[in-house]
Amino acid sequence: MENIIELKKVTKRFGGITALNRASLKVTKGEVVGLIGDNGAGKSTLIKTLVGVYSPDEGEIFIRGDKIINWNALKARESGIETVFQDRALTPQQSIVKNIFMGKELRYPFGFIKEKEQIYEANRLIREIGFTSKLINAESPVGNLSGGERQGVAIARAIYNNAELIVLDEPTNNLSLNETQKVFDFVLNVKKSNRSVLFIGHNIYHVYDISDRFVILDRGEVVHQLNKNDISTPEELMKIMRDTIKTH
Amino acid sequence: MSNNNSYLSNYFHRNGRALGSIGYFVLLMVIFFIGAPEAWIRPNLHQSVFVMMPTLIFLTIPLVFLVASGEIDLSFASTYAVAAYVFALLVKNGVDPGICFVLGILTGAAIGALVGTLIVVFRLSSLVASLGMLFLLRGVILLLTNSRSITIMEVENHWIYPLLVGNFYGFPMQIFWAALFVIFCYYFFNKHVFGIHIQHVGDNTVSAEQMGINVNAVKIKAFMFVGVGAAIGGIFTTMITYTFFPTQGFGYLLLALAAVFVGGTPYWGGLGTIIGAVFGVGIIAYMEIGIIAIGWSGEWRQFFNGLIILLALLGHRLHGERVR
Repeated sequence: MENIIELKKVTKRFGGITALNRASLKVTKGEVVGLIGDNGAGKSTLIKTLVGVYSPDEGEIFIRGDKIINWNALKARESGIETVFQDRALTPQQSIVKNIFMGKELRYPFGFIKEKEQIYEANRLIREIGFTSKLINAESPVGNLSGGERQGVAIARAIYNNAELIVLDEPTNNLSLNETQKVFDFVLNVKKSNRSVLFIGHNIYHVYDISDRFVILDRGEVVHQLNKNDISTPEELMKIMRDTIKTH
Repeated sequence: MSNNNSYLSNYFHRNGRALGSIGYFVLLMVIFFIGAPEAWIRPNLHQSVFVMMPTLIFLTIPLVFLVASGEIDLSFASTYAVAAYVFALLVKNGVDPGICFVLGILTGAAIGALVGTLIVVFRLSSLVASLGMLFLLRGVILLLTNSRSITIMEVENHWIYPLLVGNFYGFPMQIFWAALFVIFCYYFFNKHVFGIHIQHVGDNTVSAEQMGINVNAVKIKAFMFVGVGAAIGGIFTTMITYTFFPTQGFGYLLLALAAVFVGGTPYWGGLGTIIGAVFGVGIIAYMEIGIIAIGWSGEWRQFFNGLIILLALLGHRLHGERVR
């Protein structure tokens, strides 16, 4: 399987604190990787390094097998890595289509917008990732959508931006069961289109349900990695997580 | 059926506020018609409204852009006079009025850029900072002119006069330009990157920034657009009356702001309606004249102006609160 991105023994320090210590992580094409760890385990430092917000102090970053130097946010986006932040970066009073194309509108000369093309493309995107309700179309305002559906709009936007790897930062936080299921459906559709997802969460059950592979982070180190086939229940994953963190 | 529902609700989301202000306008016309049918069918009443409307439109429509971007500007009422002053002064000194017109508009844009930069860069409250600018600019004008007006009969024989404010077979040209301005602004606001970015910025600044929109630039451009609109309004009025008055524009301050909000643009940013604002202008302009027409004394004008603003706000409330 082709690696989309691989971080090798990446270290990141802030002053005297080592936030990431020789952490290695790879994501291959079409897989969903669940990143778990307690608060302060270094999840957000790892993600921010992955998407180029931080540049690592030590270690190497490979994109599709090629070593990249001077890793930064622009290079990450050019490599097809898109982040969906916790607040989703949406403008709720605007329509879905405006949100999907925010900052990257399709334009005629002189800056006028190709509205029809945008609406057509937005409708295609939201159907592709799994919006089924007939009450929702590209011109519906985002403010009328539920939390899970808003996550879907942000994911659709990432796909429009040619994402190969979508990083979802705590996407099921504060969502009801029903809404969480919607987000899972979106993620599965992303996977079906042969794109990869890095799913960050502290709800083990959510991460267990959706991921093909798990990466456990503790005090800045990747302490364990396992495939879903290796375990059979989320409780097992929880136990492994507790044991590795204890012994670590 | 459900599909129909979604189109209806999307349509209402997009146009509800404009429809509301159209409704108010129609209601007002009906009331005036019932109140004074003889006065209402006389064309000169409507003519005097149409003389007032273009100026208000040039002031109000750009304000819709600015309010939608999440800011407000009061200084436009003084920019109106500064641009007209530059125009009148240059014409008086023998500069070609066509060039004066362009320079006057550039003055408006420059003042807009100055006000916008001050507010955006130093993170000042746009309400308070532009209030300061309103007085400051007016003060500059009064000092420079010694409170004296400037008469510019010179413009009458220049080609720019009939083109901009002349009579085309009895039809005042400024109405044609105002209509063109409205059409342009409709597309500029709804179908152009400038307007779309303004809506994103006013809706959620942080989101807009995260998606790569240059928030400060968008806001400063919105302030500049208000300056340009005020300059056009000021210069047109000066040409129509052949006179620059140092106090001109002050009377439009509250009327233009009222027209924005009566027109259905909410104060919190992210949304705006150009069509609504045109009818907002219509409501305000007819109030100014209609009260007299139905035989009430002028003292009632301010009372009804206030009443209609409050009623309009209550009405637009039906359209819902801000969604987050």
